[in-house]
Amino acid sequence: MTPPETGRLDVRKTYKLYVGGAFPRSESGRSYPVHDAKGRFLANAAHASRKDARDAVQAARKAFPGWSTRTPYNRGQVVYRVAEVLEGRRAQLAEEVQHGEGLSRRQAETAVDAAVDRLVWYAGWADKLAQVVGGTNPVAGPYFTFSVPEPTGVVAVLAPQGSSLLGLVSVLAPVVVTGNTAVVAASADRPLPAVTLAEVLATSDVPGGVVNLLTGSLADTAPTLASHMDVNAVDLTGLAGDPEEATRLEQLAAENLKRVLRPPDAEPDWTTGPGLDRMTRFLETKTVWHPVGV
Amino acid sequence: MTQPEDAPVPTRPGPAEVFAYAPAPESRAVVDLRSSYGLFVDGRFVDAVGGGSFKTVNPATEEVLAEVAEGTAEDVDLAVAAARRAQTRVWSRMPGRERAKYLFRIARILQERSRELAVLESLDNGKPIRESRDVDVPLAAQWFFYYAGWADKLEHAGFGAAPQPLGVAGQVIPWNFPLLMLSWKVAPALACGNTVVLKPAETTPLTALLFAEICRQADLPPGVVNIVTGAGETGRAVVAHPDVDKVAFTGSTEVGRQIARTVAGTRKRVTLELGGKAANIVFDDAPVDQAVEGVVNGIFFNQGHVCCAGSRLLVQESVAEDVLARLKRRMGTLRVGDPLDKNTDVGAINSATQLARIRELSEVGEAEGAERWSPSCTLPAHGYWFPPTVFTGVSQAHRIAREEIFGPVLSVLTFRTPAEAVEKANNTPYGLSAGIWSDKGSRILWVVDRLRAGVVWANTFNQFDPTSPFGGYQESGYGREGGRHGLEAYLR
Repeated sequence: MTPPETGRLDVRKTYKLYVGGAFPRSESGRSYPVHDAKGRFLANAAHASRKDARDAVQAARKAFPGWSTRTPYNRGQVVYRVAEVLEGRRAQLAEEVQHGEGLSRRQAETAVDAAVDRLVWYAGWADKLAQVVGGTNPVAGPYFTFSVPEPTGVVAVLAPQGSSLLGLVSVLAPVVVTGNTAVVAASADRPLPAVTLAEVLATSDVPGGVVNLLTGSLADTAPTLASHMDVNAVDLTGLAGDPEEATRLEQLAAENLKRVLRPPDAEPDWTTGPGLDRMTRFLETKTVWHPVGV
Repeated sequence: MTQPEDAPVPTRPGPAEVFAYAPAPESRAVVDLRSSYGLFVDGRFVDAVGGGSFKTVNPATEEVLAEVAEGTAEDVDLAVAAARRAQTRVWSRMPGRERAKYLFRIARILQERSRELAVLESLDNGKPIRESRDVDVPLAAQWFFYYAGWADKLEHAGFGAAPQPLGVAGQVIPWNFPLLMLSWKVAPALACGNTVVLKPAETTPLTALLFAEICRQADLPPGVVNIVTGAGETGRAVVAHPDVDKVAFTGSTEVGRQIARTVAGTRKRVTLELGGKAANIVFDDAPVDQAVEGVVNGIFFNQGHVCCAGSRLLVQESVAEDVLARLKRRMGTLRVGDPLDKNTDVGAINSATQLARIRELSEVGEAEGAERWSPSCTLPAHGYWFPPTVFTGVSQAHRIAREEIFGPVLSVLTFRTPAEAVEKANNTPYGLSAGIWSDKGSRILWVVDRLRAGVVWANTFNQFDPTSPFGGYQESGYGREGGRHGLEAYLR
């Protein structure tokens, strides 16, 4: 292509996967065209394969011991740092959200701002949730007994198909702030903000492997994640409106008793304030007993 | 590596040889057994629609105790309909303080009739009367007393300002703690305003049916509690019923998987309390006799028919020999026999099927090269019996170290460092419970942090309390029973 008469030729970004802290292309070598809301070509994104999904699970498992044993204060700071870095990328993300979701510039900016604010909200929960959902148990005997929340492990998240950034942040932040590691399948048709978010994560103290991000068709990645024996939980939110596929994946998830968050009938309004559910859903309660005596 | 099987076994005589205990049987007279029992639906005992029935036997003698109605899908349908009517018309409209009073009443009647319940439980299940009398029945009453108090305080439980019941709960419970598992399921469900259809295990239906009578004594409105006896097919009908809003199950991981598949794609909420293969970790600084007592309690309590049983003993290599020797000596003093005898420590295996499973896995253990040991003890001629058994020289790959035996069989492994203990303890798809024995607080807490298990007992084992959440990680299921956490499973 010849450069325009005036100005410079822009350098386009290659949108890749984010696995184990690195940005690989799909091992399959496949990519797929991403279009804006009006059908115009935006970019080629990596089309993650089943193998990519397995690699991502492996990376998430490897990152779990380190991330889950960080102090809650530290995890809170890391998630807050993500918000800080995201704040600096607002313009770029607003553009991607605007084109991908077909919003006005102003609407896109509002969505990006809400995503930043949501991260800040969740960051603060890291060192507070244990006191809200845990505590001591007044047992009828000479024992000191307490219950604490712990992360369930590796969580596979099918991100919302519609809200490509705010929705994504709203499902991802509650999973990782409590110490889980995540493999996220981004919105299939609107994957670009997810890849940019991955770049934000890579530059904001989130250890490699804590969040792994796959783009491409859910048909390849989702069943692999739902049936993977080293995945502890699966969030099916991205299948809102597709109850048949959600049922199939829930059945696959039963093989190793994964915790399953079923999808809503339709994608929810992500601008409303979240409760604790998305955090507690992916937590285990550990109860500890010790005798009391001299 | 020092293999613990080399440890010398002290030959000090146990009390059985020192002096024989006179039999001290609890009287059966307190129990008024009927020859046949119907289903409890809508406040009445009714025959099963199909007219089918099955026998429940005393596992200690193989004597038939009673004929029990076999509920079919149609019976489940009627029970769910009764539960739905009671839920929408009566129970959910009743103020929490009134529901509470019913539950308090039930708790009191359970206490009043505790002797009868304990004897019946031991007859039907085979567990020692000492355990049914001192553990199962008192805890069952305590469970109702505890959740009774929640019924009018739910808005303060942290599940929103106006939490609502789910509706009709379908509950399927196992045979190892029949009445206690009933109370774990029924008490929180009722406190939250749900009604229930409960299916007791086919080998232990009798205390549930006596509980039905207790519901009548308490004047509980008809349909709030429905009990449909039967086997697996009946349970599947409860789980699959389209008008059930919530499924609560305690039992095997295999059935748990089937349930998870069955409810996929529905709106049903599910809690599953499944199998386990708990590690009981003994460090070199543990008070040895206390630890051995805990290990014995961990695996031989209730004949090892405990999902959270400490079935894998991980003992630090430096003390393995000593611990093993003391363990074997202590096992030699366990009294195996008549469940109704007040001096019995280990009762009967619950069923022929379970006995076959324990035998099979024990044979596999030997075939795979582990060394099997049991104290010499005379087992009764009739009934289902298995002696307390320990396997040494067990590797992590052995089936007896991986699969839930659900019997009085302990597998012993050794470790050198705390990190190795944690790695071995966590090397299982289960994650229900674990034990730690050590005198060093910081080490206990370090290990507690790293164990992937829902309940960790430090310097104790097999403690339960209604205020204390219980439930597993990974393939031991999901959801918690007990405490404030236990309410979540029955509210929206």
